[in-house]
Amino acid sequence: MIHFQNVTKRYGDFTAIDDLTIGIYEKEFYALLGPSGCGKTTLMRMLAGFETPSEGTIHLAGQDIAPVPPNKRAVNMMFQSYALFPHLSVWENIAFGLKREKMPKHDINDRVEEMLRLTRLEQFARRKPHQISGGQRQRVALARSLAKHPKLLLLDEPLGALDKKLRQETQFELMDIQEKTGTTFVIVTHDQEEAMTVASRVAVMDHGKIIQVATPDRIYETPNSVYVADFIGDVNLIEGTAKPNGSDSYAMSWHEGHEPLAVQSPNGFSDGQKCQLAIRPEKVSISAVKPETADNAVQGKILDIAYLGNISTYHVELPTGAVIKAQAANTRRIARRAFTWEDTVWLSWTATAGVLLAD
Amino acid sequence: MKRLSWFNAVSLTLGFAFLYIPMVILVIFSFNESKLVTVWAGFSTKWYGELMQNEAFLNAAWVTIKVAVFSSTIATVLGTIAAYVLVRGGRFMGRTLFSGMIYAPLVMPEVITGLSLLLLFIGIGLDRGVFTIVLAHTTFAMCYVSVVVSSRLVTFDRSLEEAALDLGCSASEAFRLVTLPIIAPAVISGWLLAFTLSLDDLVIASFTSGPSATTLPIKIFSAVRLGVSPEINALSTIMIAIVTVGVITASLVTKRQVAKQKREEMEAVRN
Repeated sequence: MIHFQNVTKRYGDFTAIDDLTIGIYEKEFYALLGPSGCGKTTLMRMLAGFETPSEGTIHLAGQDIAPVPPNKRAVNMMFQSYALFPHLSVWENIAFGLKREKMPKHDINDRVEEMLRLTRLEQFARRKPHQISGGQRQRVALARSLAKHPKLLLLDEPLGALDKKLRQETQFELMDIQEKTGTTFVIVTHDQEEAMTVASRVAVMDHGKIIQVATPDRIYETPNSVYVADFIGDVNLIEGTAKPNGSDSYAMSWHEGHEPLAVQSPNGFSDGQKCQLAIRPEKVSISAVKPETADNAVQGKILDIAYLGNISTYHVELPTGAVIKAQAANTRRIARRAFTWEDTVWLSWTATAGVLLAD
Repeated sequence: MKRLSWFNAVSLTLGFAFLYIPMVILVIFSFNESKLVTVWAGFSTKWYGELMQNEAFLNAAWVTIKVAVFSSTIATVLGTIAAYVLVRGGRFMGRTLFSGMIYAPLVMPEVITGLSLLLLFIGIGLDRGVFTIVLAHTTFAMCYVSVVVSSRLVTFDRSLEEAALDLGCSASEAFRLVTLPIIAPAVISGWLLAFTLSLDDLVIASFTSGPSATTLPIKIFSAVRLGVSPEINALSTIMIAIVTVGVITASLVTKRQVAKQKREEMEAVRN
């Protein structure tokens, strides 16, 4: 539905968006994820019409939107600061956009009531924005931006101002509302957990470029670069050189005198090419004796244990000096824990647990 | 209530005495029976009655109010526009120069402002009267308005205007429906400032007024040169009363508004 073709945006010497080409589908919940300053907000503001690309075109539903001013676009935005009008009540805030459309009065009433119901704000309709709590303001902002039936709703760090618990509840509410309304949502966030929770597809950005676009599970399981692997969640990186030994199958030598690691990886590598094995801590098992059937097993010494309640993260030092994190669920009480500091343990994982990435 | 130390009490008394004794004397002598300003001869309100009969004073008062209303209104419109452009216009050519120049009339000696306006009016052959005083007062009051309004605009959350545009407003609708109502308090206090400045002004008005139009300060000044009369005292007392009532009302209204907003915010947090 939305198509960016070779879009570049420059501010003086600074390139905020660098020759970017992406597509966003209809009814999708699309997340733009990246550190601050990566260009995600600029991208969104171009969709809203507050910025124009220096080069390239943006198509919305087949139409080039460059000449369309913000007030004529079927795109609405929910601002990071919510930008509620302080001099208007909740009801008038939601009705604001509808009144500009010269909608008949009783239609406005119906639509506002509908939005109030959807966001569970019925009893606050007469209040002013400063008379309601942060979570309620967030819902007013959402209701106001959805009221005009936009083809596309932009959400700029919508949950940034809420505390953690409220944020998690609101994430599910957002998904619910997105499903009910069938609107295409594009969300900008720097919180990877938020992006993973709400979005159907996540685009990871860095320095004005899209690094990877994929579903949350693919982003997590098969990142296409060290940057993405490192940005999303926790990851162990082991350096080595690749040696193909079958289709998509490699033996990675990583330390002299140790057996090469067996890896299955979709990314192609040539013989002797430098690479990094990225493997998630929860996919590394920890045991006192060497497991017989594991594809890969290395020995190490426990340096640190982080107890997080439901799980524990063990920091294990390998003979190379590298530290590998392994996570284990605490299925037994802490007093019965099998390992402690300075224990020598075996770490093991399967050939398909990790992914090989170019250096 | 804490008791003040003797030092604080004395300095407070002296300070307020210094500020208010002249005015108190003026008010007291406005109720003096005698025609002699410095000799007390019993309480009377006859000078107020006589003041109401004095055509010249009443005319001057009417001119002053007309000038103040017109000039402060025009100054508020122009000053608000100027502030908006200077704060929101982005970095256009000469922006720094313009924003510096808007402050210049604030520090310019009034005599010079008055003289230059006089020269201008003579130069273009404009007859001096109410119209020229309005123009002159608009010129200098506009700067005050724009300073007051731009200090409000600097702290104004820009995304509010973007939200208005996003919801279908044109730029002018966004200004009218969102920006203006929110900055209204600053615009109103700008208007009040301009109004008071115009009401008080003697120097610029005396340069730009003509024989057909005399403002109250000019009238008082020229009357005093012929000797202080109890009538003038009465007139001044009335002006003091008006200003006092205005200031007290304004501060009460703001105070109550702040208290109300605080209370509502507390409620919101509790809910």
